[in-house]
Amino acid sequence: MRRATWWNWLLCAPALVVLVVAASGPLVIVAVYSFLSPGNLGGVEWTFTTEAWFRVFFSRDMFEPDIVTWNDAHLVIFWRSVWLSLQTTVICALLGFPTAWFIATRRPGNRTLWLFLVTIPFWTNLLIRTFAVQEMIRNNGIVNTLLLKAGIIEAPIQMLYTDFAVLLGMAYVFLPLMVLPLYAAMERMDFRLVEASYDLYASRWASLWHVILPSVRPGLIAGSILVFIPAIGAYVTPRVLGGGRTMMLGNLIALQFGQGRNWPLGAALSMLLLIVVVAALVIYLRAVGQDRGPRRG
Amino acid sequence: MARRGFRVERLPGSAAIAMLTFVLLYVPIVILVVFSFNAGASQAQWEGFSLEWYAAAFGNRQVQEVSIRSLWLAAVAAGIATVLAVFAALGTTRVGRFPGQTLIYALINQPLMVPEIVTGIALLILVAAVKVQTGYTGMGYLVLAHTAFCIPFAYLPVRARLETLDPALEAAAADLYAGPFQAFRHVTLPLLVPGIVAGFMLGFVISLDTVVITEFVKSAGQDTLPTYMLGQLRRTTTPEMNAIATLFLLLSVLIVTAFFILTRVRGR
Repeated sequence: MRRATWWNWLLCAPALVVLVVAASGPLVIVAVYSFLSPGNLGGVEWTFTTEAWFRVFFSRDMFEPDIVTWNDAHLVIFWRSVWLSLQTTVICALLGFPTAWFIATRRPGNRTLWLFLVTIPFWTNLLIRTFAVQEMIRNNGIVNTLLLKAGIIEAPIQMLYTDFAVLLGMAYVFLPLMVLPLYAAMERMDFRLVEASYDLYASRWASLWHVILPSVRPGLIAGSILVFIPAIGAYVTPRVLGGGRTMMLGNLIALQFGQGRNWPLGAALSMLLLIVVVAALVIYLRAVGQDRGPRRG
Repeated sequence: MARRGFRVERLPGSAAIAMLTFVLLYVPIVILVVFSFNAGASQAQWEGFSLEWYAAAFGNRQVQEVSIRSLWLAAVAAGIATVLAVFAALGTTRVGRFPGQTLIYALINQPLMVPEIVTGIALLILVAAVKVQTGYTGMGYLVLAHTAFCIPFAYLPVRARLETLDPALEAAAADLYAGPFQAFRHVTLPLLVPGIVAGFMLGFVISLDTVVITEFVKSAGQDTLPTYMLGQLRRTTTPEMNAIATLFLLLSVLIVTAFFILTRVRGR
């Protein structure tokens, strides 16, 4: 058995080396960098400080460094990221649940086709899908043009570069991530349970709430996590649809490595983002662990 | 309640919402594609059919250059990732639990969990340091970054395929005096091919899609198609961008369709 273990590790070694060098290892460097001082032109000075972590939530007066206030700009961005991601998750669940249900209740032969229709956008480029939304909601885009022609509005509605645009874009690009795990859970569901609930005079609502939802809960949680995690870490969608005014955490991080030239702050913000993601994953694992149900993702 | 036509799996409104979802999923893409054929420069007013924007896209030297770079990078990264993923799948499937298995799973799946922006800036820091030390500014960084990102995607189908293989086949090969290597070469590997091809295709699509990591890892003059597009989206775009996006979309759809057929039909 010991020899077998050695052999298994050897087979995995090449992949693990690449992953450690280009994925896990760099994260450790980020953690280290978050405790260093910023260099003048980007980069870092190798002196230990917790200043970057401090600056995530607080700011100091320019002339009197002892005067400490909340860093409102960061707090606003952090809150916006969490709030938009939660809204995205809820919208995706509200649209995704009926959609997954619809697919799961087709005849088996037809399910593959419907599922395929959900999978196609999932595997097509996120940037292209974001671009498609951008084109539609521009001031001179098709939505405003049609509304103007119909006489519903008199001047174009500014949709692009607002929180609404970011929310719309994220719900659009992440929706398949909700449908697929929900479908997987529903496909495995025992429909005799639903039948039994109706036989026991449950209303549709009662049956949905007490029978269907509990049995697809793992899928719903998995879908929510799969939507929430990329949403909270989104960079492309807020950059393309939100512009400079409606930044999210991802854009704030990128800013520190660009114009901001504050790498340690960017590193600390990245760690904060990672902590949020890990917290979401822990909640997910606990929730699914309780169910002992089928799991995915 | 009248029981005529009562079906337990019916939820009122679900079909309507499902149809709405499918419409919402496809309307932006369809509009994007339609206006790539527009004769005018508008994205909202149809001015007649034309292929001029495709001609413009094909004639654009920069677009040619970034497209070739993207395809090359995707092929190389997905190729390496698939080979590594096959070894890793062989090392982690059809064995009992062994020490460190959880760690291996965590490492393999880690790129799926960590937001791309975090991986991106983490690699930016690493690459900046290595560049200073070695002076190397080639495509190696992008290949490495994309390979790591493709490994979990290439691993999944290979592993799934491996799990469905009957161990008796290898036992039979051993009974016929095949050594472990011969059994692998002539029995396991041929049976794995659909999984390997599927893994490569998935990795290829993922590499083509990757924009954030590329954006932070690339050196000057190493734009890929997605980072080129991302740069262009800052200004008002012409339907030339629609044409490029449509071709890109077509490629993804073709690969995904092939992947779907491969895993659905041959996997069963």
